[in-house]
Amino acid sequence: MRLRLVPAETHIDFFKARRVTFGASVVLMILSIVCWAVMGLNFGIDFRGGTTIRTQSESAVTVGDYREAIAPLQLGDVSISEVFDPSFDANHHVAMIRIQAQEGQESVSGETVDTVLAALQEIDPTIRFTSVESVGPKVSGELIQTAFIAVGLAMAAILFYIWLRFEWQFSVGAVAALFHDVILTIGIFSALQIRFDLATIAALLTIIGYSINDTVVIFDRLRENLRKFKTMPLMEVMNLSVNETLSRTIMTSGTTLLALIALLVLGGDVIRGFVFAITWGIVVGTYSSVYVAKNIVLWLGVKRDWTKPSNTEGNQFANIDA
Amino acid sequence: MLHIETWKRVLIWLVIVAGLVMALPNAFYPRVERYNDAVAAGQPAEGWADYLPSNLVNLGLDLRGGAHLLAEVRVQDVYEGRMKGLWPEIRDVLRDARDSVGAIRLQDGAPDELRISIANADAMDEAVRLVQGLARPVTSLSGAGANDIEVRAEGDQLVVTLSEAEKQATDERTVRQSLEIIRRRIDEVGTREPTIQRQGSDRILIQVPGLGSASELKDIIGTTAQLTFQPVAGRANSADQAVQPGQEVLPSLDEEGVWYILEEAPVVTGEELVDAQPSFDQNGRPAVTFRFNPAGARKFGDYTGANIGSPFAIVLDDEVISAPVIQSHIPGGSGIITGNFSVEESTNLAVLLRAGALPAGLDFLEERTIGPELGADSIQAGKIACAVAFVLVLGFMWLSYGLFGFFANVALLVNVALIFGLLSAIGATLTLPGIAGIVLTIGMAVDANVLVFERIREELKTARGPARAIELGYERALSAIVDANITTFIVAVILFVMGSGPVRGFSVTLGIGIVTSVFTAIWVTRLFVVMWFERARPKTIEV
Repeated sequence: MRLRLVPAETHIDFFKARRVTFGASVVLMILSIVCWAVMGLNFGIDFRGGTTIRTQSESAVTVGDYREAIAPLQLGDVSISEVFDPSFDANHHVAMIRIQAQEGQESVSGETVDTVLAALQEIDPTIRFTSVESVGPKVSGELIQTAFIAVGLAMAAILFYIWLRFEWQFSVGAVAALFHDVILTIGIFSALQIRFDLATIAALLTIIGYSINDTVVIFDRLRENLRKFKTMPLMEVMNLSVNETLSRTIMTSGTTLLALIALLVLGGDVIRGFVFAITWGIVVGTYSSVYVAKNIVLWLGVKRDWTKPSNTEGNQFANIDA
Repeated sequence: MLHIETWKRVLIWLVIVAGLVMALPNAFYPRVERYNDAVAAGQPAEGWADYLPSNLVNLGLDLRGGAHLLAEVRVQDVYEGRMKGLWPEIRDVLRDARDSVGAIRLQDGAPDELRISIANADAMDEAVRLVQGLARPVTSLSGAGANDIEVRAEGDQLVVTLSEAEKQATDERTVRQSLEIIRRRIDEVGTREPTIQRQGSDRILIQVPGLGSASELKDIIGTTAQLTFQPVAGRANSADQAVQPGQEVLPSLDEEGVWYILEEAPVVTGEELVDAQPSFDQNGRPAVTFRFNPAGARKFGDYTGANIGSPFAIVLDDEVISAPVIQSHIPGGSGIITGNFSVEESTNLAVLLRAGALPAGLDFLEERTIGPELGADSIQAGKIACAVAFVLVLGFMWLSYGLFGFFANVALLVNVALIFGLLSAIGATLTLPGIAGIVLTIGMAVDANVLVFERIREELKTARGPARAIELGYERALSAIVDANITTFIVAVILFVMGSGPVRGFSVTLGIGIVTSVFTAIWVTRLFVVMWFERARPKTIEV
């Protein structure tokens, strides 16, 4: 007896609701961009400079007290948040303190960190700093630039490779799907104000890698079927291809999601944002391979006829049968 | 027919065994680490067989804890010193031509240029020519044919600057020297496996696992430790005291409100030291004894011989440690630096002097300290997550594909062993995102198997017999596997090139994971399937 998530043979019409699905994608993308423009991203220190301190103490964190203790130090914008994780014991309390980049300093000096520690130990002697990270404005500016270049470069390289291996319509479809995934991921990071840092960029690139993987598998089948069924309408060939690969799509996304959910729950809070981005990206990536990439290719049309043009076509012998 | 040549089988088995053997040390991490430390220290090593490989995966700072610094070398600092050093030479040349050039005087100007006013402006051309005669060809590959200084006339002033080619060559030298000196200083402190890397044209990345904090690291490498011995021209009460060109006012290190007027050109510098050791002076206070090389000893001897009775200053990083009066000619080239040191300070100073001065100051752009306990927590969480992910994926595969799923599961275990084996072999660093990369690979590695199995299922409907179906399944799934993985690999390469630190660690595991998962899916699983098929000879198969 086998576990089957998808019946052995399916005949789902993936284009039946294409207006709805494609429309939903477009609406979500617009929402994401609006959200990004209005609320902005919660950039980590990698991208805007400053210092983050991770504290650990035995008694519960009271954000208000921390804030009052640090306020007299005149460090400018300070944000404090408590961190929760199922793996923490009862006497294991963690908070993240973020301090803005200090004027005239590239990175926050050790003395500043020491004064913050002293101020916090006044209210809770058990407090310790388990990590202190400080990035100067010079580097953060460069990092943000490099990150954008990396994402752009990855898309361009994939566009080129798919164009080389398939037709240009496929590569436009694939990159449109990638664009969709990246925008939606940025959108959810903005909507939930999850910290956006270098690791998130790595996650975005991973999503690009996974989503393209998924899209390519469907395209590969489509290419094969286009040769096999030369006269079948394009939409039907596409439906056939997606149905044939559906079992694999669900299996692979399923195993990957299983592994990621394990990591999301048990992997600790340090990489939770990173893992969340990848998990989200795999869900939208799977969706976009089926519903976005294909629609674009359908809309652009594909060259169907790979046979050589007939010798006589168009000349005076065209209509003469011997 | 379903067939794999013998040599291919042997090769596949060899790769599997090699991967397992190379990954093995990581299963006994603390034991092998102790063994490696003992070997490195030249002590008799126990606990690990010496015929087995002992390469381990390096743990990144986020997993082990430690300090990370990104420093930028202030390369311009060096230009100033170069110009100051040039002044006596230029002065001598122009003085020799006093009859035509007239009196010369050093004017104030930007730190990276020399401005010299000349009494007889008509002879400017000759002065320029004379000073240009001091120019030397640049010693670098790119700047071949260019001279090190540029001389031009501005009214009655002669302006000397370094040429662009020389600046480039100097920058290159400065960064390389800084790198070398930072390495020596960290080696003196003796921590395990520090990473000291150049990044870009003028940056240096320093990662030291196990060190308490980035500030401690900064204490060791942030001090320039420029030691000079300079003639004293007088004392001053404030830093704003007007002085003659070629002189400077520097504060005293431990006497509040005391400044010294010094000649800028040093008699001897710390570069000519060959040794420095912490010691005590005749009153039992901490001090540092030092010894010059022969050239430095001669200069020091000549100067002390000629200037008995006048004071000279020992200057460290633009602060006067002490300014003793020369009692007698000091010919031996060794001496002692006294000051208000604690024992720790004198020990540190000796280390810094021995390792040499940084040619230029450092600006710290990035500092990260990760506590070892946080790293340990992360490893623990990563281990549990990996184990659970493994069990889930293995169970899922087995339920979905039965015997074939079991083959794929064995191949998946081989895959993870190969990843660790390769990471150890190339000495790559495993970071927290890297662990996530491995978990992701566990999920994605089955993809190629799934592609093949699904294809076999389809072929079973049409093909003649199971053997043909399996063969066609592998054959026809190949193009999808290759295209899908090459695109992901492109992403990994871009991440590696553009990323840094943990992100780079992630890209390495992702890239290696892609290569090994394609290998295991195409060859290892197939080998298992073929071996089973040859033995069982089933009439029908269920995938």
